[in-house]
Amino acid sequence: MAENPEESAAAQETAATLDPAAAKNAQLLALLQRLFGADAFRDVETPYGLLTVTTTREQIHGIIASLQQDQELQLNFLTTMCGIHYPENAGQELGMVYHLHSLVHNVRLRIKIYFPIADPVVPTLTDLYATANWMEREAYDFYGIIFTGHPNLIRILNVEDMDYHPMRREYALEDGTREDKTDLFFGR
Amino acid sequence: MAVNDALEGTHKIVQEAREQQQHSGLIPTLNDFSQELTTLNLGPTHPATHGIFQNILQMDGERIISGVPTIGYIHRAFEKIAERRPFYQITPLTDRMNYCSSPINNMGWHMTVEKLLGVTVPKRAQYMRVIAMELARITDHLICNSILGVDTGAFTGFLYVFQEREKVYEIYEEICGARLTTNMGRVGGMERDFTAVAIQKLRDWLKTFPAVMREFEAMFTRNRIFMDRTANVGPITAERALNYGFTGPNLRAAGVDYDVRVMNPYSSYEDFEFEIPVGTKGDTYDRFLVRNEEIWQSLRIINQALENLPEGPFHADAPHYYLPPKQAVYKNMEALIYHFKIIMGEIEAPVGEVYHSVEGGNGELGFYLVSDGGRTPYRLHFRRPCFIYYQAYPEMVVGSSLSDAIVTLSSMNVIAGELDA
Repeated sequence: MAENPEESAAAQETAATLDPAAAKNAQLLALLQRLFGADAFRDVETPYGLLTVTTTREQIHGIIASLQQDQELQLNFLTTMCGIHYPENAGQELGMVYHLHSLVHNVRLRIKIYFPIADPVVPTLTDLYATANWMEREAYDFYGIIFTGHPNLIRILNVEDMDYHPMRREYALEDGTREDKTDLFFGR
Repeated sequence: MAVNDALEGTHKIVQEAREQQQHSGLIPTLNDFSQELTTLNLGPTHPATHGIFQNILQMDGERIISGVPTIGYIHRAFEKIAERRPFYQITPLTDRMNYCSSPINNMGWHMTVEKLLGVTVPKRAQYMRVIAMELARITDHLICNSILGVDTGAFTGFLYVFQEREKVYEIYEEICGARLTTNMGRVGGMERDFTAVAIQKLRDWLKTFPAVMREFEAMFTRNRIFMDRTANVGPITAERALNYGFTGPNLRAAGVDYDVRVMNPYSSYEDFEFEIPVGTKGDTYDRFLVRNEEIWQSLRIINQALENLPEGPFHADAPHYYLPPKQAVYKNMEALIYHFKIIMGEIEAPVGEVYHSVEGGNGELGFYLVSDGGRTPYRLHFRRPCFIYYQAYPEMVVGSSLSDAIVTLSSMNVIAGELDA
């Protein structure tokens, strides 16, 4: 493997610039533990510099509301939220991943929640963030996650009469009910 | 007052006559009509909406009372497709999101994968990427602003700047072979160095474009009619914009100076000196001005990048991820093996999740990539700025007239490809 000084210098520079970011992550983690207790989160890690915590769906609304009001780090920008599906995690198959961002302090947070596919109910964030409206509709459309309290939880990107939630892992990329394409020569 | 004595006493003052008629009940007044709301279907295929999305508007005469947008007409299931494709095959998908500024999407995706894999891109490739991205930003803003002019009835500006956009297409063609959906660059850098022809075309364009831009600005910026059509039209406050997740020129027009290039610099943006234009009222005129000024700032960046383009390789030394040159594949065993492994997708990707965002033409374009170590992503979510801020459209047009609604929609730069993915 070629060891160029350019790459290791770049790595050192990255480490140096990560240090203020690492300090902010530590400050954020301390804030989270102070506001919600250390038991509120599990699987605390910092992949690629972004503090990631896992919590429960019972607490998620309260956590995001408190972070929105908190003046110390002002995590009041909801960057994005998306669903995810791990079929092998019995009892925790579906998940939602929220990305928060503090524009003032330039620190980001990723919060994950997992819940069973038999009971895919999560509280809505539309009362906190207007942007959650369509994001939750997209998660409902793709994964079938029901957001209680959402003003208009209908499909947003797929046709209204679609009767399954296509991003779930059990569904193939193509519509299995099509009869006009034959797999004979394509070996799908 | 009659001009001629013979006409004295033969005329009626129109206004007095009308009042008499109204009082006598011959002409109905506005109060006689019951409050009837009209439902107007704006779209999905409508020449003024610049893309396929529908708005069902409830109107009281000319005023809009409420609107219900429907999107998804160009939903192509990119997030599902991406779960089936090796990393380099996802780049063409990213082209087709904000197709007016494909290079930005491409580079953002490559940087996400490089972050996951831990690949460091050399300086020359980073500067080349910056040039491509800023060219894309300029062309995206040119489309938005010139078509905003077309929507107000001014076609000439559109013609002038599209000629310049055509020249940028030729530059893209020199760099990567394609004009619109560029599929530019690779994981680890660029696929080829800038040829002498590309650099020459770029220099020529940089010489001629500023004059065209000044002409465009002279036509619109202090034009009385344009200002009347766009000032105070479709405003949004900074607080509402932040709550809606606005980013990009729409947010900066509302007064918040959030730019991903400055807040989380990537690809050597910290080396360049540029300003972030910010508006005050968040109305259509502010959005127009912010985009115009961003074009000038992008020109500054391109000039700086071109003047200081460092020597060196145009790609990282990462044989596991970057395709070897074809001549080597035919002669060299290691190159053949690397080529085979990369194309078949048998690369060693770490297990992990990464979120990376770039400043797209419309705002923070984010990629949330969850990898399970396999050849394809386990989950790839695109944070698409258009999808997020288009939600605010009904709120922005309530109370305005239909023509104002068209102009507001145009100034928000809603690209259907990025809306739906």
